[in-house]
Amino acid sequence: MNAIEIKELTKSYPVGFWKKQLRPALKPFNLNVAVGETFGFLGPNGAGKTTTLKLLMGIVFPTSGSANILGKDFHDPEVKKRIGFLPEQPYFYDYLSAPELLDYYANLSGMPSAARKARIPQLLERVGLGDVGSKQLRKFSKGMLQRVGIAQAIVHDPEVLFLDEPMSGLDPLGRHEIRELIQSLKDAGKTIFFSTHILSDAEALCDRVGVIHKGELRGVGVVNDLRSSEGGKSEIIWQKAAALAAVAGDLLESHVTGDMVRATVAADTLDRVLDKLRQEHARLISVTPLHGTLEEYFLSRTTDQESVQV
Amino acid sequence: MNSSRKNSVLLGVVILAMFVGSVFTMKLLDQERGLQATLEEVLYLPSGKVLKRLSLGYSSLLADIYWTRAVQYFGTRHVVGGMHYELLPSLLDITSDLDPHIVEVYQFGSIFLSDQPPNGAGRPDKAVELVEKGIRENPSFWRLYVTLGFVHYMDRHDYKAAQEAFEKGSEVPGALSWMKVLAARMAENRKDVNTAIALWQAVYTTTGDKDIKQTALSHLDSIQADLDIMQLDRIVNQYHQRQGTYPESWDALISEGVLRGVPKDPHGNPYVLKRNGVIGVQDSKQFPFLNEWRNQ
Amino acid sequence: MTSRISAITLNTFREAVRDRVLYNLVVFALLLVASAPLFSQISIGMERLIVVNVGLTSISIFGVIIAIFIGIGLVSKEIEKRTLYTILSRPVRRWEFIAGKYLGLMLTLVVNTALMTVGLYIALFTFAHGQNPGDPRLLVAVYFMVLELAVITAFTLLFSSFSSPIFSAIFTFALFVIGTFAEDLRGFAALSHGLTKTLATGIAYLVPNFASLNVIGQVAHDQSISGRLIVFNTLYVLLYAGATTLAAIMVFERRNLK
Repeated sequence: MNAIEIKELTKSYPVGFWKKQLRPALKPFNLNVAVGETFGFLGPNGAGKTTTLKLLMGIVFPTSGSANILGKDFHDPEVKKRIGFLPEQPYFYDYLSAPELLDYYANLSGMPSAARKARIPQLLERVGLGDVGSKQLRKFSKGMLQRVGIAQAIVHDPEVLFLDEPMSGLDPLGRHEIRELIQSLKDAGKTIFFSTHILSDAEALCDRVGVIHKGELRGVGVVNDLRSSEGGKSEIIWQKAAALAAVAGDLLESHVTGDMVRATVAADTLDRVLDKLRQEHARLISVTPLHGTLEEYFLSRTTDQESVQV
Repeated sequence: MNSSRKNSVLLGVVILAMFVGSVFTMKLLDQERGLQATLEEVLYLPSGKVLKRLSLGYSSLLADIYWTRAVQYFGTRHVVGGMHYELLPSLLDITSDLDPHIVEVYQFGSIFLSDQPPNGAGRPDKAVELVEKGIRENPSFWRLYVTLGFVHYMDRHDYKAAQEAFEKGSEVPGALSWMKVLAARMAENRKDVNTAIALWQAVYTTTGDKDIKQTALSHLDSIQADLDIMQLDRIVNQYHQRQGTYPESWDALISEGVLRGVPKDPHGNPYVLKRNGVIGVQDSKQFPFLNEWRNQ
Repeated sequence: MTSRISAITLNTFREAVRDRVLYNLVVFALLLVASAPLFSQISIGMERLIVVNVGLTSISIFGVIIAIFIGIGLVSKEIEKRTLYTILSRPVRRWEFIAGKYLGLMLTLVVNTALMTVGLYIALFTFAHGQNPGDPRLLVAVYFMVLELAVITAFTLLFSSFSSPIFSAIFTFALFVIGTFAEDLRGFAALSHGLTKTLATGIAYLVPNFASLNVIGQVAHDQSISGRLIVFNTLYVLLYAGATTLAAIMVFERRNLK
């Protein structure tokens, strides 16, 4: 059984004065996500990522097509006990405190009272909100709200998570914590479907990614495959422009600024180039492995081409 | 999504059914509240002047509302058959305070205030007060003098006051010439059926209100019926003197040659001849003002 | 199902209670009720009448104001602020959401009304000087006011599920005014003819009939209120407010949210 099955899901909005024409926000697409998989839904802003999530959650209704979650129709209310949703830039009832909010939501998701009492305090700790006490949500910062958002998505221990830009509003430390949290959820066997436009997050966490652009699913690929297929590249920065001549043949690219050189080199030639630079007594500033592959894949999919099913 | 369409239709039907149910319940509520309805507000608000201030400039609308209530109040009681119209003077007073220029209020009020129960409140004094107020507020509306004269003549038998009313009215620019004629008739100082007929005809022509017109016609019909019955009464009594008994039916009189055919009332139904020579109408509801002119 | 609806009901109540604007309204209303005895100083011998009249009228008017004030945002605020997203992603059915919101607002209004009624009773006991203060008919009048609020709440809910707060407020207020004069409208319809009559009759039966729910005058004058009136009024509101709420559910179930 797949965790998520999307079949020919479409959404069009009537536009124009008489609402006669249809503007497609989402063209028909098919997608399957296996149980336990972490799937990244990538796309630029306005591509249709949020629309897809709103369709799956029942916030808007599809023009045609259907979907199954954990084998049941996606509108089946019972199956919603087993899913969690974090919307983009979430807003919550600002007159409640964090524990009150989580209690309310967990109750609505069918969690019994005793279980809620036990779970909520530890959950707040886990998302880094252990000390908020009874402070009302209207006093929370954006980052704190984001953490509350994640908490409410997982409070009832769902099997499938739908996250829309889970890292938005977080400082680097926060992003790191949440990345770890998602990793631990992944390790616990949860299915995670998350949409983002930050490729490094997707690369770090996802098994597969799908690229969506202008309402169309342009491609789906396995992250590892994408990474290894193109081999690795590295970026070297050194001081001594004169050394450039010795290694020029092995370089993919280079830029010179004053006496500093920045160059890109293929993985298999990395060691040879480094040796030569040492012989030339160049001063190495940095050597950085490049994960440009996902970015390239993304870019290739989002320039206007026909859609490709990988 | 077939089941969802079925659900929508079902829900729509349920909503409609509940709404229709509520309309029926509203009718039940009306019955239950019946006569209580206007009582509440009139008890609550003492005077039209206060109400006018409270109405924040919407007194004209409020006047319409109170006028509607007055008519409904009167109508309900008339149907129910009660004899009490105590609130009618107040309602009309409030209405005319709120908007003194609704002439129907004075015309309607005078007739139904002065008519005897069960057709009216039997308060000709209140009627006079009301019409005089109307004349004060609308001095160029000469038709109100007809109303005033009418009340003085018909219900208060104050022929002098009636004459004065018609004379004053005839002096208002635009008044029709029969005002002077009616003034002269008033001077005859007695209650006379032909004058009554003339007055009701005057009432009929000087109002635009359908209800008042209807009442005038009704009165005229009843007067006609009264006159007919008086005549038939004389004929039946003459028969009795001749034959020693009362006639069994109109046929007896027709075969004698005294009547040409079965006598019919103004609504087209034959008059009823009873056991001991008493004559009546077939449907007394059509003639609510019968007997006013008998034996004159 | 019931636990979800009661959770939403209690949360709606909690939201109303924590809304500071509400406190201002309630305090103002209580002040007004408490000041009713001052009016009675003006006309001696009519103390009880005035206190009851002013008190009950205030409770009614403030109930309506609060109902409209909170009601217009019941659904539209959740759509606007997108707090609905995390609700709909849970096993909550859309109709349960509407039901919970309705019951929550009714709970708020009942509590408010009860508080103000207590204030009125206190005013009566203090100032009525032995005139019959503990009148159970007062409670009937208050009960009818709550019924009226049930209809108004249903309307705010209906409008809130598809239009903005401003329009909801305008429409509901308009319906309140028309409903108060619905009986006169029917009288007008009875007197008119032709197209006017059809239109007026139609509108007169379509709008809520609030006249039968107003027994303030009767209670003030110590008149009895028939049991049948109570039954019929309750039935009327159940049907009418029920139909309106179902209509709200029907609208909300179909709506694509932004």
